[in-house]
Amino acid sequence: MKEEKKKNIQAPWADLKLSNEKLIKIYRDMLLIRRFEERAAQEYGKGKIGGFCHLYIGQEATGVGAIAPLREDDFIYTAYRDHGQAIARGMSSKGCMAELFGKVTGVSKGIGGSMHFYDLSKGFMGGWGIVGGHPPLAAGSAFATKYQGRDSVTICFMGEASTNQGVFHEILNMAMLWKLPIIFICENNGYGMGTAISRAMAGEHLFEKAAGYEMARGAVNGMDVIEMYREMSVAIERARKESLPTFLEARTYRFRGHSMSDPGQYRTKDEIDEYKKRDPIETFGSDLKQWNILSESAIEKLEEEIKAEVQEAVEFADASPQPSIDVLYDNVYA
Amino acid sequence: MANITYIEAISKGLWEEMERDKSVFLIGEDIGPFGGAFKVTKGFIQHFGEDRVVDTVLAETAILGAATGAAVVGMRPVAEIQFADFVTTGFSQLVNNTASIHYRWHVPCPMVVRLPSGAGIHGGPFHSRNPEAWFFHQPGLKIVAPSTPYDAKGLIKAAIRDNNPVLYLEHKRLYRHIKGEVPETDYIVEIGKGDVKREGRDISVITYGSMVHMALEAAEILQNEIGLSIEVLDLRSLMPLDTELIYSSVRKTGKVLIAHEDNITGGIGGEISALINENCFQYLDAPIKRIGAIDTPTPYSPPLEEFFLPNTKKVVVALKELAAF
Ligand SMILES: Cc1ncc(C[n+]2csc(CCOP(=O)(O)OP(=O)(O)O)c2C)c(N)n1
Ligand SMILES: [Mg+2]
Repeated sequence: MKEEKKKNIQAPWADLKLSNEKLIKIYRDMLLIRRFEERAAQEYGKGKIGGFCHLYIGQEATGVGAIAPLREDDFIYTAYRDHGQAIARGMSSKGCMAELFGKVTGVSKGIGGSMHFYDLSKGFMGGWGIVGGHPPLAAGSAFATKYQGRDSVTICFMGEASTNQGVFHEILNMAMLWKLPIIFICENNGYGMGTAISRAMAGEHLFEKAAGYEMARGAVNGMDVIEMYREMSVAIERARKESLPTFLEARTYRFRGHSMSDPGQYRTKDEIDEYKKRDPIETFGSDLKQWNILSESAIEKLEEEIKAEVQEAVEFADASPQPSIDVLYDNVYA
Repeated sequence: MANITYIEAISKGLWEEMERDKSVFLIGEDIGPFGGAFKVTKGFIQHFGEDRVVDTVLAETAILGAATGAAVVGMRPVAEIQFADFVTTGFSQLVNNTASIHYRWHVPCPMVVRLPSGAGIHGGPFHSRNPEAWFFHQPGLKIVAPSTPYDAKGLIKAAIRDNNPVLYLEHKRLYRHIKGEVPETDYIVEIGKGDVKREGRDISVITYGSMVHMALEAAEILQNEIGLSIEVLDLRSLMPLDTELIYSSVRKTGKVLIAHEDNITGGIGGEISALINENCFQYLDAPIKRIGAIDTPTPYSPPLEEFFLPNTKKVVVALKELAAF
C-alpha cells in the first residue's frame, strides 16, 4: 500500500478543501476517541463504569469522517455505540467520561450512561439503546428542519444489523417519499453482536437495501477517514441543496468485542489482525507524515496532549459528585 | 439433586424439554454460536443443530410473529428476546396476534417467550424493564416469573408444555447470584400455583421474582429484631394468579404488603390489591400497602438506580409501618 501511495502525485485529500488545521483536527479526534475508549475499558475493569459499554475502537474513521464535514446547525443521531461520535462532535472528554462514571457532570447528567449520550446544543441527538429505534426520530427531525425552512441536514448512524428491523424500511421509504434532507450512515462492521452479516442478510450488498426506494446509495471504505469525508460531502450537498436523502454503507470493523462482556468466539484472531493492519488512525497518520502535514514528533506531542486530556477527564469524572435524587422526579414531565 | 444457579436451571430445563420433544425449538437473536446475550443457550447449537436452535436476524416482530405461526401448526417454539425491553418492538404480534389466536380459532398456540427482565445491573432506561404489566392487561397470555432455580427449571418446563403462549420472565440479576437445589429428575412447577416461601402469622408479603429474596431477608431481619412473623408468598405465576393462596394467606395474617420491582402505578400490585379488597375485606386489619420502583424511567447512575428500586431496607420499613398500624 505504501509504495502505491508514494507514486501518488497528489495527497488523498487534494480534491477536498481541507486546511492543514482541519486535517490535524481529524487525526486528533480519531486519536482522542481511541485513547479515551482504551481508558474507559480500563476504568470499566476497575468497576468505575457499570452497565453496558460498547467501544468504537476500529471504527473511528467512520464517525470522524462523517461528522467533520457537518455544520454546527446540523443534527446527528446514533445508536448505543456513541462515545466516538460524541467526541467527534466536540463533546468534551470530561463530560463523556463523567457520564460513563454516572456522575452529575456527565453529558446526560448520569441518567443515561454509555449508550445514551446527548448534547442538544451541539445537535447531538443521542445515543439510543433500542436497535433500530432511532432512525425514525432522525427522519422526524429532518422533516421538521425542512418544514421550518432551515437548510440543516440530519445524519443518522446505525449498525448494519439494525437494517434487519422492519422500521428501517419504513423510514427509508418515508425519507425518499418526502425528500428529506437526511443521510443514513450504516456502519457495517460485519457483526451484529455475535452474528456475522453473512448469516443475517439475504443478498450481497447491504447498500442495495435502499434500491427499492430509488435512494442515492453506495458503499464507502469506512476505514479511510478521507474517503468518508469525501462521500459525506457529496451526500451533505445533496441533502442541503436538493433536499434528498442518501444511504451510505460504511464498511468498517470493530477491533474490540461487541460490549465489555464479549469473549468473541464467533470470529478468528486472524481476521481481527487482518483488519488491524488497516487501522484507520495509523493509516491516516502515515499519510499525514508522508505529505508533511504532521511530523513524527508532532504526532508524539499530540499523543502526550491527548494522554493528559484523558487523564484529566478521568480525574474530573472521579471527583465529580453523584447526581442528587431530585433529578429523578424533576424531569419525568415538562 | 444438583446445586445450580438460576441461569443454569433455565438452561437445563430448556435442554431437557428439547431432548424430550422434537417439536420444541429455540428461536432468537445470537442464540446459536454466541450462546445468547446472557449465555442461556451456550452449547445448544452444537448439540441440537441449526434447525432447532434458530439464530435469527435482529427483528423482534419477525421472531414473535414467526413463533406464533409455527406454534399454530404444531411446533413448540421458545423465543428468546435478548432483554425484556426489546419485546416492545414486537408488541403488536404478542398482544394482537398471539394473544387472540386461540380465542378466535380455537387452536392451541403453545409458545414461550423468554424475557430477561429487571434492573439493578446499571442497564439504564432501555435495558432494565419489568414488562409484566404491559401484558398482564392482555387476556390470552400467561405470565410466569420464577425467583429460585427450582422454580425456574420447573416453570420453563411447564411453560413449554402449556398449550398457551407463556411469557417467561427471568430476572437478570438473579441469573448468577442465586443458587439452589434442583432435581435432576423430571418435574414441573404448575403454572397458576404460588408458593409460600416462608410461613408467618403477622403480615403477608405477596411478591415474585427478585423481590422474593428481599422479602425473605426482611422477614428474617424483623423476626430477629422484633419477633415479627412474616409470611412470604411467592406468586411464581402472574397470569393466572393463585388467588386461593393469596386469600388464605390474607385471611391468616390480616395485613398485606405487595412488593414488586416494577414501578408502582399501573403495576400488577394494584390488581392484586383490588382482588384482596373485593374478596377479603373483612379480614383486613390495615390498609394494603404496595412497594415497587418509583414512577420514572430507570436511571443509569448507580446511586440513582438504588434509590429508584425497592430493596430489603424499604421492605423492612414498610413492614414496620404495617406492624404498627
Ligand atoms: C430492539 C433490540 N434488539 C436487540 C438488541 C440487543 N442488541 C444490542 S446491539 C445488537 C447488535 C447490533 O448490531 P449492529 O446494528 O450491527 O451494530 P454494532 O453493535 O455492530 O455497532 C443487539 C442484538 C437491542 N439493543 N435492541
Ligand atoms: Mg454491526
